[in-house]
Amino acid sequence: MPDALLTDRQTWMATLAKAPPARLAALLPDPPTHMVLRQPEIGAVMVRGRVGATGAAFNLGEMTVTRASVRLATGEVGHAWVQGRDKGHALRAAAVDALMQTDRAADLAAQVLQPLASAAASARAGRAAKAAGTKVDFFTMVRGEDK
Amino acid sequence: MTLATDALAGGFVEAPVQSAQAFREILEVMARPGMIRRVSGATPPAPLSVAAGTALLVLTDPTMRLHLAGAANCPAVRDWVAFHIGAPLSSAEEADFAVGTWDALQPVSRFRIGQPDYPDRSATLIVECDQLVNHGPALTGPGIQTATWLNLPETAAFRVNRGLFPLGFDTLFTAGDQIAGLPRSTRVEAI
Amino acid sequence: MYVAVKGGERAIDNAHQWLAEERRGDPAVPELTIPQIREQMRLAVNRVMAEGSLYDPDLAALAIKQARGDLIEAVFLIRAYRTTLPRLAGSLPVDTGAMAVDRRISATFKDLPGGQVLGPTFDYTHRLLDFALMAEGATQDAPPRVGEANPMEGETRVPHVASFLNRDGLIETADASDTPPPDLTREPMELPADRALRLQALTRGDEGFVLSMAYSTQRGYGRTHAFVGELRIGTVAVEVDIPELGFAVEIGEIELTECETVNQFKGSKTEPPQFTRGYGLVMGQSERKAIAMSLVDRALRWQELGEDFTGAPAQDEEFVLMHCDNIQATGFLEHIKLPHYVDFQAELELVRKLRSEAQAMQEAAE
Repeated sequence: MPDALLTDRQTWMATLAKAPPARLAALLPDPPTHMVLRQPEIGAVMVRGRVGATGAAFNLGEMTVTRASVRLATGEVGHAWVQGRDKGHALRAAAVDALMQTDRAADLAAQVLQPLASAAASARAGRAAKAAGTKVDFFTMVRGEDK
Repeated sequence: MTLATDALAGGFVEAPVQSAQAFREILEVMARPGMIRRVSGATPPAPLSVAAGTALLVLTDPTMRLHLAGAANCPAVRDWVAFHIGAPLSSAEEADFAVGTWDALQPVSRFRIGQPDYPDRSATLIVECDQLVNHGPALTGPGIQTATWLNLPETAAFRVNRGLFPLGFDTLFTAGDQIAGLPRSTRVEAI
Repeated sequence: MYVAVKGGERAIDNAHQWLAEERRGDPAVPELTIPQIREQMRLAVNRVMAEGSLYDPDLAALAIKQARGDLIEAVFLIRAYRTTLPRLAGSLPVDTGAMAVDRRISATFKDLPGGQVLGPTFDYTHRLLDFALMAEGATQDAPPRVGEANPMEGETRVPHVASFLNRDGLIETADASDTPPPDLTREPMELPADRALRLQALTRGDEGFVLSMAYSTQRGYGRTHAFVGELRIGTVAVEVDIPELGFAVEIGEIELTECETVNQFKGSKTEPPQFTRGYGLVMGQSERKAIAMSLVDRALRWQELGEDFTGAPAQDEEFVLMHCDNIQATGFLEHIKLPHYVDFQAELELVRKLRSEAQAMQEAAE
């Protein structure tokens, strides 16, 4: 298991945000009891690009996002900002974020984060392999200039 | 930076309903200057009042520049704003909204008053008061049938502001859970 | 004189019910599901997301279903929905250099590092109707690359073609800046618009309009001599600064199409001859739109590059930006079918009056 999943909050939050909501729900059917600090809220994030890929920022359009924050009985606070409009996804992601700050982190990483990260990696690799399958191999035809 | 947990409490519990109700009240006090109403839902950190916190939750968002004046500019309030609102904090000159006591907001001539083609690009001041009573300077103008009275902190600044119409800033007064409004269109006279 | 009228509620209710029935079509045919539209009408979904300016494939699929396949009506539904969403944040600019590419081609360099990756393209199809699809047969999975290792494997960055030309100073550079860009959904568009605002208007503009504008430049109305330096389609992560955390987190992934054109430039008083660039970036797999956008972007830059204004529509910022939005356009266009009884009554009175005056003058002359 990559260490980052266990130690780097950005990595585990990104893994949770990109997870298919149904998959996360299956891996974490019963989230721990928690107090909701911020009810799941559906909103929009304005996605920005750069002029010419490297220049000044411009507004490309929005995407839907849901955020939530929870506090565990033991005091740890978890936050989630996840793509889409699934409130359960945001609450579960926030709960895992909070649990990752407790001594259950290693269990959570193995049982929830690792399967999500592996599935994402293999999906990405599968697509990359198909893309590579469409890579053009040019043949240079014999040229006539040299005698 | 990780926020203190206190900053994470004190938002709306039932945001759609509470924000709609508070918005209706704020609309009412701006439409009927001088009328005192009650708003609730937010429990912001000191020194912000319930009414000021509720108004901020309802009226501001990450696209609104917020100026915290005087004692309101403390770590607890800044963290609370960061979590519940996300509004960028700004100087008085750039602010869309400003919150603080009347003294802390001085001089109010700093605030944006809009431009002739966009009078709406102006600031709204949320003035924290000890109490709100319908007693004091007389208010007349749109939304007031004959006249009404409100304990304004002063009259001169509001008379100057009225003179700028259609430009000028708009004002909300807050005390505890009470709120009253004074749009730029209202005429003010000391009596 | 006019008579104020009221009524039609029952007619409207019945029209809506009939609309719902017509939307469903023949009940003997199974009803379309949202996942079916999302997965099998993906390019329509992409277009609705790009022009609706909201990335959410499920909502775009729902809008297409509700609009009976009328994509502009679907875009309208998405635009209306997005106004109900609180704006929680603006993302960091997406890094298209880190895109997981499905497709990446260059018309200017045959042997670009990473190679020409065709992806799932229509380009080399024969445009013959495939009657096998009518038989609802199963498709075969795309074959992955076999034999030699994938040259892109392990690469997390796919360099842009423009960066190769940059090295020799042969092409203009675009310097990074993180100033928050103007947003036409928040502030009314003011002209002259800067390039960031123009790109926002174009990326959500109507595909047909932007395509026609681009085509007009190719036919000589504001010619820019464009080559597709690079076209890439794939997914990028979207990163947002989370205020309560104080650092940025990836909140999801979106599919984008990016096109960069390389355009001839003869040089001006201040600039030596070099290549210039047009840029297109569109949500989803929308390469026609991305190419068109980059041509129009380049045509609109005539002033900045010291070129002549030839009077071509594609060079006219006001013309392009004020007419590229299909929701604005259709709103104004279609409103003229709604009751204008009073306006028309006034016109009628006017024409009658003018006629009687003209008649009176004619009679007087005789």
